[in-house]
Amino acid sequence: MTDRYDAIVVGAGHNGLVCASLLAKAGKSVLLLEANKQVGGAAITRPFADGYSVSAGAHLLYQLQPEVQKELKLNIKMAADNLSTIVLSANGRHVRYCGDEVSGVRQKDVDSFAEFHQRMTRYADLLRTAFNKPPPRLGTTNKKDLLSLARFGFDVRRLGKIEMREFLRLIGMNIHDELSERFDNPLLKGGLSLDAVLGTHLGPRSPNTIMTYLYRLAGNRGRLALPVGGMGSVSDALAHAARGAGVTIRTNMPVKRIIVENGRATGVETEEGERFSSLTIVSNADPRRTIMKLVGARHVETRFTHRINNIRMRGNAAKLHLALDGLPTIDGLTRKDFGERLLLAVDENHVERAFNPAKYGESSPSPVVEMTFPSFRDESLAPTGKHVMSAIVQYAPYDLKGGWTDTAREEFRQAAIKAIAQYAPDIEQRIIASELLTPVDIEREFHISGGHWHHGELTLDQFLFVRPVAGAAQYQMPLDGLYLCGAGTHPGGGVSGAAGRNAARVILSGGKPV
Amino acid sequence: MSIQEVPQGRLRSPFYSRLQALDTLNTWHEWKGYSSADALYCAETEYFAIRNATGVFDLTPMTKYRISGPDALDYLDRLVTRDMQKIKPGRVAYAVWCDDQGQVIDDGTIFHLREGEYRLCSQERHFAWLTAAAIGFDVSVVVETAEVAALAVQGPTSFTVLSSMGLEGLATLKPFGLRHFEFAGTELMVSRTGYTGDLGYEVWIAAEKAELLWDALFAAGQLHGIRAIGTHALDLARIEAGYLAAFEDFLPADTTVRTGRSRSPFELGLDWLVDFKKPNFNGRKALAEEKRNGSTWRLVKLDIEGNKPAHHAYIYAKEKRNKKEIGFITSAAWSPVCKQNVALGTVRMPHGKTGDTVWVEIFYQREMHWTRVMAKAVVVDKPFWFPPRRSLTPPDPY
Ligand SMILES: Cc1cc2nc3c(=O)[nH]c(=O)nc-3n(C[C@H](O)[C@H](O)[C@H](O)COP(=O)(O)OP(=O)(O)OC[C@H]3O[C@@H](n4cnc5c(N)ncnc54)[C@H](O)[C@@H]3O)c2cc1C
Repeated sequence: MTDRYDAIVVGAGHNGLVCASLLAKAGKSVLLLEANKQVGGAAITRPFADGYSVSAGAHLLYQLQPEVQKELKLNIKMAADNLSTIVLSANGRHVRYCGDEVSGVRQKDVDSFAEFHQRMTRYADLLRTAFNKPPPRLGTTNKKDLLSLARFGFDVRRLGKIEMREFLRLIGMNIHDELSERFDNPLLKGGLSLDAVLGTHLGPRSPNTIMTYLYRLAGNRGRLALPVGGMGSVSDALAHAARGAGVTIRTNMPVKRIIVENGRATGVETEEGERFSSLTIVSNADPRRTIMKLVGARHVETRFTHRINNIRMRGNAAKLHLALDGLPTIDGLTRKDFGERLLLAVDENHVERAFNPAKYGESSPSPVVEMTFPSFRDESLAPTGKHVMSAIVQYAPYDLKGGWTDTAREEFRQAAIKAIAQYAPDIEQRIIASELLTPVDIEREFHISGGHWHHGELTLDQFLFVRPVAGAAQYQMPLDGLYLCGAGTHPGGGVSGAAGRNAARVILSGGKPV
Repeated sequence: MSIQEVPQGRLRSPFYSRLQALDTLNTWHEWKGYSSADALYCAETEYFAIRNATGVFDLTPMTKYRISGPDALDYLDRLVTRDMQKIKPGRVAYAVWCDDQGQVIDDGTIFHLREGEYRLCSQERHFAWLTAAAIGFDVSVVVETAEVAALAVQGPTSFTVLSSMGLEGLATLKPFGLRHFEFAGTELMVSRTGYTGDLGYEVWIAAEKAELLWDALFAAGQLHGIRAIGTHALDLARIEAGYLAAFEDFLPADTTVRTGRSRSPFELGLDWLVDFKKPNFNGRKALAEEKRNGSTWRLVKLDIEGNKPAHHAYIYAKEKRNKKEIGFITSAAWSPVCKQNVALGTVRMPHGKTGDTVWVEIFYQREMHWTRVMAKAVVVDKPFWFPPRRSLTPPDPY
């Protein structure tokens, strides 16, 4: 006898939680199986040293969709909201930006930034409307699909002819060219470049980086927040909502395979051999893992397997966590500035140069860094008077030449600390403990193939109608009863809940376009 | 001083020296990079060797892939539409494989050489497809076209010829069976397979031993009417047997550009090869849908009145008022052995049910002038040529 459910969700990442909750709220019996002992996927808070905790994956909240918050009645307390970004300068003349304001640069750049930000948010808003609905199917004859295609086209057209031309010009472009046309200040260009490429295998000169920049703004116009208790509290709130809606959540339950019978998914089997059956299986695991590992190539078509196997998803961002016995000193920063978001990127070329070695499977000797001190606003994360630094350090290619050996890891850790020490000379003395997560560690801990933020590079060829791959947009896999709901699907990664919510809507509509 | 021959860029089969020695016509065509003879002395005589004695055809250019590894069976089962679990070691399966849309890429034979080790043979090359299909499987796909020399040994005396070559135990080999023999210090594989619809075998050996095999075969066959044959003779035999040829009776799906120009297995009369009971195969979903909704085309075997081969003819439902054709002929021949005007063709569903009468518009030329006849044709379901000796085990000695 196996237990039967209306739906089984594999993986309790935040998207899996959102999807499961919405299905349960619609009256379905839902089982949610998570491999890890904790729910949340890459959105968790966990200890990394005695007495110190950190958001082990995502550390800044800027994309959570209001629709998700509303429908699930989430009440997430923020330790800090509307954070500024400070691009550090070695001589203490830092550049700060927040919304459409920037300081520490010449007036020309101030004006230019306001205009840049306005235009970018206008385009990002456009993208946002696409965020919260399943992408229309290309080559479709379905009325609703055509309607949403038309609507997307219409939204673009509403910009007006000139703006539309500008939008279409920019969307495939690289951020570097746009920034060098507009701005003089190297730090500003460095910071914005880094914004565009965080979490990707792209440099500021790579095509598409305007798109990734827009994507970042698309969530909530780029407004940054730190939840109390770290990212884990977002997932905890979601888990609470899920349980409230009647979802059965079982952790420490890695799913070994999705059972396929006669061309349709009929259940799952866990590593321990337990079986659960359902005619609706939703996977929060990345598309490649779902198809190649859980389903098996045997059960899907050749070209489809080929496309899934070719999804570009080599992670390139490492995470560095430091347990500090006090805040470091950084020239030109006030104490309260430690509550903001700090970037280390001398200029746009620094970001590109950091990316260069990654193209050839080497890590950056002089990496670029996004740094936060979450304990500054949230005392729950470290013992009194002590602090936590959480940083994203790029680039650390997943498929490092020679592999991520202890030596390679130590080398990269040193490079990261050296980079920070250029601004915070006493950082090393302050370190009590440290943890480095390379994309390989991220893969291991969160079960994300390639350790990629978005479960697949966020580029035009893997976006909207062709995300994760052509022929499988709309969350539906070409196997009856199998759906995806994670970051690998439209719109992509980031803690937004959009993919999970869209997937639930598609499932509830019985596979019809919504 | 001697004149050096300039290489023409075509590959030569390891049997080339022997074929060339017998060749009096010098008409060769290209087959997947190899030189292959149209005929060696006279296509008709060669054809009669197949039906009355033994015809030997050089199969080496046939594309051969060695498929092995822990997932070989699962891989093949997903690749082709039929159930490969049923094909035990020592057995051969005729099979088709389809793209994701359920359209036939090619047909071929799969030899289960030994437990978990297979050879797939097809007229066309498919390495790219086979490689793509291997993603996610622990399987190795190796091209062995050049390494393995092969001959088709076909006709009523073929069993006697091979037996007198000293291959013991051949008598019990059933159709679609294969067996390994020791020959010239190497392994000779013999399968009871072929493309002629007659009693016949295919023999497979390492390319270095090809000439030795040829010589032994022809020595053994001398008294049994053995003859080397070319493609024309074989093509006539395969039409009589009702076998399909890629690029004649269907286009490999990966070579078509226009929609509707490729065919599903159902549209090629290969329903019996499609097994919906097995877990999955490429194109299953699309084929299940086609099964529900009906196919567009049907392949027909036609018995046509008169003696003018209906090459490339249009097929009509009625003799008169034939405004709209319902299909066309893809392979046609006057069959000497059946004394019948036969053809394979494609018609639109629902036309072409067994027993239906259709009309074939045949054009032929006499002293430059064209003549047109509307020939009556009946749709038949059995191969035109299907002698009992084809499957008799043990075969009768001749
Ligand atoms: C280092 C890093 C930093 C990031 N920083 C930010 C940031 O600051 N802000 C932001 O918004 N985003 C950030 N992101 C991106 C964001 O974290 C992810 O895009 C998002 O968490 C993906 O959510 P998800 O629910 O789709 O998938 P995941 O969070 O990956 O969840 C998938 C879940 O499925 C489970 N699973 C997989 N396979 C199985 C199986 N076989 N059986 C059972 N369970 C399984 C996994 O264990 C996991 O819990 C970051 C990502 C990384 C890796």
